[in-house]
Amino acid sequence: MTSRRWRQLTPYLLLLPSVIFLLIFFAYPMVEAFALAFRAEEGGWTLKHFQTMVKDVAFAPAFRTTLLLILIIIPVQFVLALVMALLVQAKLKFSGLFLYIYAIPLGISELAAGIVWFALFTDRGYINTALTGLGILDKPFIFLSYQNTGWLLFAVVLAEAWRATSIIMVILVAGLQSIPSEFLEAADVFGATLWDKVWRVILPLLRPSLQVALILRTILALQVFAVALAVAGRGITLLAAEAYRWYGSYRNPNVAAAFAALIMLLSIASTALYLWGLRTPEEQVR
Amino acid sequence: MKHNQKWIAALTFVVIASLMLGACQPQVVTQEVIKEVPVTQIVEVTKQVETIVEVTAVPVNFGELVWLSTQLRPVQEAEKVRGVILADFPGTVEFIPEDEGPFHDRIAAEVQAGKGTVDVLGALHGNFSTMAPAGQLQDLSALRESLADRGIPDAFWNVAQLNTDKTYYVPWMQATYIVAANKKALEYLPAGADMNALTYEQYAQWAKNVFDATGEAKFGFPAGEQGLLHRFFQGFLVPAYSGGVVTTFAGDDAAAGWQWLVGMWPYVHPQSTTYNFMQEPLLSEEVWVAWDHTARLKDAFETKPDDFVALPVPAGPKGRAFMPVIAGLAIPVTSNNQAGAEALIAYMTLPETQVTTLREVGFFPVVDVDYPGFVSPGVKLEGEAVTKQAGSPDALPALLPQGLGGKGGDFNKVFRDTFTRIVLNGEVIQTVLAEQKVVLQAIMNETGAPCWAPDPDSGGKACQVK
Repeated sequence: MTSRRWRQLTPYLLLLPSVIFLLIFFAYPMVEAFALAFRAEEGGWTLKHFQTMVKDVAFAPAFRTTLLLILIIIPVQFVLALVMALLVQAKLKFSGLFLYIYAIPLGISELAAGIVWFALFTDRGYINTALTGLGILDKPFIFLSYQNTGWLLFAVVLAEAWRATSIIMVILVAGLQSIPSEFLEAADVFGATLWDKVWRVILPLLRPSLQVALILRTILALQVFAVALAVAGRGITLLAAEAYRWYGSYRNPNVAAAFAALIMLLSIASTALYLWGLRTPEEQVR
Repeated sequence: MKHNQKWIAALTFVVIASLMLGACQPQVVTQEVIKEVPVTQIVEVTKQVETIVEVTAVPVNFGELVWLSTQLRPVQEAEKVRGVILADFPGTVEFIPEDEGPFHDRIAAEVQAGKGTVDVLGALHGNFSTMAPAGQLQDLSALRESLADRGIPDAFWNVAQLNTDKTYYVPWMQATYIVAANKKALEYLPAGADMNALTYEQYAQWAKNVFDATGEAKFGFPAGEQGLLHRFFQGFLVPAYSGGVVTTFAGDDAAAGWQWLVGMWPYVHPQSTTYNFMQEPLLSEEVWVAWDHTARLKDAFETKPDDFVALPVPAGPKGRAFMPVIAGLAIPVTSNNQAGAEALIAYMTLPETQVTTLREVGFFPVVDVDYPGFVSPGVKLEGEAVTKQAGSPDALPALLPQGLGGKGGDFNKVFRDTFTRIVLNGEVIQTVLAEQKVVLQAIMNETGAPCWAPDPDSGGKACQVK
């Protein structure tokens, strides 16, 4: 083989190990899991497991709560993350320090974060102890009651926002740094307010980063599980939690796989929606 | 500068001198303290140990024995059996812990070959219930007679008969579920109620009294993700009201039990759906009274033995149903050392051995025992309640589900879903039971699991919901 041939092949050879790794440990199990959802116990294919899933008592509430969680959490997180990213970019004193503080929750596992928030909200937890200590409450207020799904959802949203907003922030900071400063200087020259700059310059140029962040965040939100489990227990239920229960507690891998397949379909659908909805117009591609 | 150095030297001297003085003084103090404290306590403990040694000295040797067990498998526990629990047995016992699969295979193979190496079997009730019909176990009725003075509850002996007139194993150890109550709750007990013999009606009234007095729902159930609430339905509530688990699942009696829970639920802590181990909310006093597995209440009793009492579970119209995890000892038909095997079983059921077993591996005695000083107060509290519960006149053991194989999880889900729909979602009891009954029957048919106590024997056929 000529050295030129080799040079052409090198990138593919270098990619080969990771491709093999992904095929064995990611693609193959995924296909298997997907097939498991359709495989009948006595052999052949069936939709029985999906029927079991849809008919299950917990299916409707799990589906509803998962969608609700996504609808609440994504706007909240994006506004917060944008503010945080702009603060970091504003080159204020200690803005580097902000970045480190914001990144702390990223280092904490999902379950640990859930347990921390449970300790805050529980009947004899920090919030109730503080409020009764200050004389604001006579007796502890029960936030995490199954009768009170509003509060349960609020606690989960809060915990999840605390834990995962910085991931979006990191992506947005990277996006902001790629915006040429001339654009903003030009806006200043024309007398644009901060609001104008955010709305007309920053956000449109941030579109590719926003797209990535949205896709990532939605997929992760569909998988939210440990936080909800730790904070709300069985008070509210989510699709991922039901998949876990069917696999772990009810020991029925087929129905668990059906839930997983549903989550995968929702992930793919939302990704397609974002790719189509936030596609960058032709003239902006350089 | 020189002036300064002088000062420093002087200061150093003062510091060293004071350190030396200081070092002398506390020594005197600590010596005094050591003299005063724990000597009397140590004497008490040694006294208790002496009594045990006295009883177990038997001047016979039973030779060599092989004991195969599905219980006490973890290495530390097996070592305790070999080194401590068997220490006083007059004979050489080879204790072999074994997983359930190989355990059954080995005995089946030995019985088929008509020649065995194993002399004694240690396993759960569920293991024995499949071995006796296969003709692998000896009838131990004679041994049962000779162990009559042990005080093993009749309820356990009945279960050990496996629906026959023979006795196939000797109850050995148990674990179960009890009620833990903060002493603050005791003043609200309904008038005339005996806290060691409560009924479900009284239990609910108690919860209501506490609620009325404090304004808080202070009763708790482990209804969280890892909680064992389904066992409450399978082994306590449903059998106590209906006298069965599967056969009576959808009847009016069972419905009355669920109705009780609906009435009770307003006085149950609303955060119960997050509770996995009740010891935590009990210790934080979120909850005053809770039902759970002894292992999941242990921390509460161990940490604050003076704050809590351990109580038997309430009784329903059909009895004080409770779910014992019963381990037993049996002798395979191919045993080579009959006298040794019987002596080992007799030894393992001695009150002293039972206490040693509790202390070393945490399983509760099946016999009535006096708890000596070296058993921690928490374990003692739990142990006394466990014994009272099993020995109560209306005791109704409801066993762990058996023969369900991989469908155990689906079986639990039937009860969990029934609870969610009736109690949390407020659906009509009869409708829910009628619908869940179909799911339950499908599981029983699919696995072919025969009924287990307290459901009547189904003669080896799949248990049927009436």
